[in-house]
Amino acid sequence: MFYRENGQFKSSYRQDEALLPILQDRIFMLALLAFAVVGVPFLASDYLFLSIINPFLIMALAALGLNLLVGYCGQISIGHAAFMSVGAYAAYNLMLRVPNLNFLVALVLAGLIAAAVGILFGMPSLRIKGLYLAVATLAAQFFIDWLFARVKWFTGYESSGSVSTPVLSLFGWPLDSPARKYLFLLAVVAVFTLLAKNLVRGHIGRAWMAIRDMDVAAEVIGIRPVYAKLTAFAVSSFYVGVAGALWGFVYLGSWEPLAFNITVSLNLLFMIIIGGMGSILGSFFGALFIVALPIVLDRVPAWLGAPLSTATASHLASMIFGALIVFFLIVEPHGLARLWAIGKEKLRLWPFPH
Amino acid sequence: MKRHLPVMILCTALVAGLAAPLATGASAPGFYMEVLFGGLAAGVLYSLVALGFVLIFKASGVFNFAQGSMVLFAALSVARMAEVMPLWLAAMLGVGVMVLLAILIERLVLRPLVNQEGVVLLMATLGVSYFLDGFGQSVWGSDIYEINLGLPKAPVMILGNLFKGGILINKDDVAAAVVALLLVTALALFFQKTATGRALRAVADDHQAAQSIGIPLNRIWVIVWSVAGIVAVVAGMVWGSKLGVQFSISQVALKALPVVILGGFTSIPGAILGGLIIGVGEKMAEIFLGPLMVRTFDLAGGGIENWFAYVLALLFLLVRPEGLFGERIIDRV
Amino acid sequence: MNPAAKSGLLAACVGTAATMILVTASAPVLAQAKEQFFPELVYRTGPYAPNGVPFANGYSDYLKLLDARDGGINGVKIAFEECETGYATDRGVECYERLKGKGTTGATVFQPLSTGITFALTPKAPRDKIPLITAGYGRADSVDGSVFTWNFPLGGTYWDAADILVQHVGKKEGGQAKLKGKKIALVYHDSPYGKEPIPLLQKRAAMLGFDLLLLPVTHPGVEQSATWLQIRQQRPDYVFLWGWGVMNSTAIKQAVATGYPLEQMYGVWWSGAEPDVLPAGQDAKNYNALVFLAPAGKGKVHEDIIKYVYDKGQGSGKKEDVGEVLYNRGMVSAMLATEGVRRAQQKYGKKPLTGEQVRWGLEHLSINEAAIKKLGFEGFMEPIHTSCADHEGAHSARIETWDGTKWNVTSGVYESDLSVIRPIIAESAAKYAAENKITARDCSEEK
Repeated sequence: MFYRENGQFKSSYRQDEALLPILQDRIFMLALLAFAVVGVPFLASDYLFLSIINPFLIMALAALGLNLLVGYCGQISIGHAAFMSVGAYAAYNLMLRVPNLNFLVALVLAGLIAAAVGILFGMPSLRIKGLYLAVATLAAQFFIDWLFARVKWFTGYESSGSVSTPVLSLFGWPLDSPARKYLFLLAVVAVFTLLAKNLVRGHIGRAWMAIRDMDVAAEVIGIRPVYAKLTAFAVSSFYVGVAGALWGFVYLGSWEPLAFNITVSLNLLFMIIIGGMGSILGSFFGALFIVALPIVLDRVPAWLGAPLSTATASHLASMIFGALIVFFLIVEPHGLARLWAIGKEKLRLWPFPH
Repeated sequence: MKRHLPVMILCTALVAGLAAPLATGASAPGFYMEVLFGGLAAGVLYSLVALGFVLIFKASGVFNFAQGSMVLFAALSVARMAEVMPLWLAAMLGVGVMVLLAILIERLVLRPLVNQEGVVLLMATLGVSYFLDGFGQSVWGSDIYEINLGLPKAPVMILGNLFKGGILINKDDVAAAVVALLLVTALALFFQKTATGRALRAVADDHQAAQSIGIPLNRIWVIVWSVAGIVAVVAGMVWGSKLGVQFSISQVALKALPVVILGGFTSIPGAILGGLIIGVGEKMAEIFLGPLMVRTFDLAGGGIENWFAYVLALLFLLVRPEGLFGERIIDRV
Repeated sequence: MNPAAKSGLLAACVGTAATMILVTASAPVLAQAKEQFFPELVYRTGPYAPNGVPFANGYSDYLKLLDARDGGINGVKIAFEECETGYATDRGVECYERLKGKGTTGATVFQPLSTGITFALTPKAPRDKIPLITAGYGRADSVDGSVFTWNFPLGGTYWDAADILVQHVGKKEGGQAKLKGKKIALVYHDSPYGKEPIPLLQKRAAMLGFDLLLLPVTHPGVEQSATWLQIRQQRPDYVFLWGWGVMNSTAIKQAVATGYPLEQMYGVWWSGAEPDVLPAGQDAKNYNALVFLAPAGKGKVHEDIIKYVYDKGQGSGKKEDVGEVLYNRGMVSAMLATEGVRRAQQKYGKKPLTGEQVRWGLEHLSINEAAIKKLGFEGFMEPIHTSCADHEGAHSARIETWDGTKWNVTSGVYESDLSVIRPIIAESAAKYAAENKITARDCSEEK
């Protein structure tokens, strides 16, 4: 009824290629952003920020990064948490060793360092793919975990091997309250999402998708696989590295190498499977799902008056993750994002579907 | 010949690396032998898990990430059931549970995903792995449980007259090796001598051809997942008696991935040999290379065995993606 | 899949999402009675569950006992809620955020039972004004209450533990000086927990002239054959085990398998519970561990727990597990928290107190022999007296030995050598203060 696009004519290529060609979508997006900036800080409690919204934003950014590689370029990675830790430790060392460095600069530099490491471990993708690449990225995971646990320089010679960060402050604006952290994260995530959206629509994104769909054909039409794959690894690691730095500095505040272990890598992979591979929106859905489910599982039964024991709840969460992954792979390989798209289609015809 | 050169260089380097401590006198021969045996003992355990991988990959083309979780699940089942019944009965029931699991996996996961890409199947088994971990622990509990195979724990000294201080070996390690040997022999007989085994090999060679001559694919999958389940029961019992049945078994089993890369995805002897190479390699690296690295780079401790297997597999992938014994079916880019 | 089914799926998703939003948004506003709220960070799953479960049971049972027997703390009812951390730092932080605002007055005190989580929460606690009790674990430098205002490593730290172990083996050798030229291996969990004793051991090694061999074991600790091969090669005179969870039982089994004499092996107090030795069974005989607060066994308080909690079907675990080492330790940890509240009530009145008020109570704890007896904890702990300068309150420990079926205390009480530990604490605390821009309180002005 309200979601109709008739009467909206595109009279130029520019209009046709707009990010959100339908007026209602534009309005919805603007309203959502406005709500996120103005409404959420008033409505949400500190608890909601710290335990769901902020980790969700960071994880969404990481999932987005992984999605660029797995969903768009078709190269699997089960070691992306390692690139998160590269980002986190790079930012830590930059902040520690470079006096008066702005965190934003450190963030970008950390992303770039992660990208460089990503390219290094992406090299095997030039020779192998699929399952074999999975093992190569596992090597990255275990090697980098070990590196940060063992080389004392990375952790500032802290005897415990655990690093902690002081309260951040941007241009004299301290990020000390959950709401401020949220606004900062929102800005970072919004910028990077916009960037990613444009990236996948452009020349590079199309090259990635061509490689994903059929690498030989892509090569025939003049796409260099070396270039496409390594850029995918680089961009993906950049995003994940930035997310790692945010996770360490803004969310955890203090961490040890175990904070970025293989479980995190697998969770990232689950986010994009459930959310939708090859979809920016899907990364957000998936991240929200994975971040919120354990908390909901913990809450709902207690709410209904039959609290689960903590052990049962956590086993149940693991079972639900597992079952849902199989379920989505079978029923809807494009994940929650595809369901969203179907919903929009239905809305267009609603309330008269015929 | 040119194609084999990098492999030979890598293998030579590996062998040289293994022999170096002995040759340079950095280690006493007796101790060297002990490390070697320790590595072999660890390797046997890896091999047992890798065996399950290979079986499934051969027949259904699925890279079964859940093999570790299957080992844990089988071990948990056996350990908990053995509390109320004799061990042999628990083991038999454990086999029954794993067969049931195989049927369920085939019905609910594999059949709907038939003809999907390998990566999709890999992710599906990841899901199965998470599900099994949660399910196993909610049904059987998450404590440490014991499987007592009645093996003596105390070490014995051998060759005391040949080497100074003798060589310390554990009877349970030897027992594990014997079990692995028996299992491989049984599997080999099964594949060579029985009709089902031949059908399995036919499916492994060519799905479509096998189907066209009337081999029922679905049933073959159930069988092969069942066999992998039985291997998991054996692996679970051996691991469980050595380390105690505990959640972390499913994580250590990840080491089977580099093992199959090294040995080749489709080769049973490869899985065994790969496991042994990885086992020996990482122990040698940890003990002889580790302290050296700690001194040189001022590290906070060794622990290079955590990544050694993966990095070795990575190097191998670059020069010989099909592994030592695998078939050249890999998609090169 | 047909379109109808997809719409169904869609509807299900929308429904679930709506419920999730509702639940997460509405839960904190549940009506609450006037209660003192104790958050509990536990791990009942994962590789550390065998040790986490008895601890959590002991903790919960003691709180239940107070409610059932005394009607709370001086009449103020107790509420508590568990949150599963799986011994993972990020999940611990999540639990902290989830529980810190609960209850009438917010969380009373956090006890993370993980040194990693302690590190992560240490900068957060001052901002939220919630004290952290890390009884026998956590940051050793947080003894210095002038910098670590909100941390309370009550009853012992790893530096005390390491020092006492060195003293004990020194005594066994026939004097500290005899340790010169000896070799001590530290087999440690590769996490902030396991690394914590290293600075002290290094200092002791330099002072006494023994060699220190550092052997880290990676999480979760089931893979130790290389570690024990190194021990076999190096033949250290003593092995100190700083493990947790499945790592402990694996280490003891490996020691047996390597033929290392267990009477030369000493565990820290987290490596000396029943789940650690039971898997090795009789072979674990003669293995030693440090024990600081609570050895195994039952006292008056256990009788009460059986009577008021288990006999009414309210027990958290199995009745026969009451009195295990880790159970008792959980119980003592809960008691330290409730005694902190009791102490604070003397100043602020008998009502639910805020974390800030409880912090004062914890800083002025004074549990002497008579109080211990009155609490029913006789024989399970040493007296504790805290102050601004000393957030630890006690510095002693004993050695216990496993005889194949139970733990027996086999040594006298050792006091850690504060002249050695104090300077490292001061140095480390000063470093932390400088890095985090904290101005130390002047303890002479605190009362």
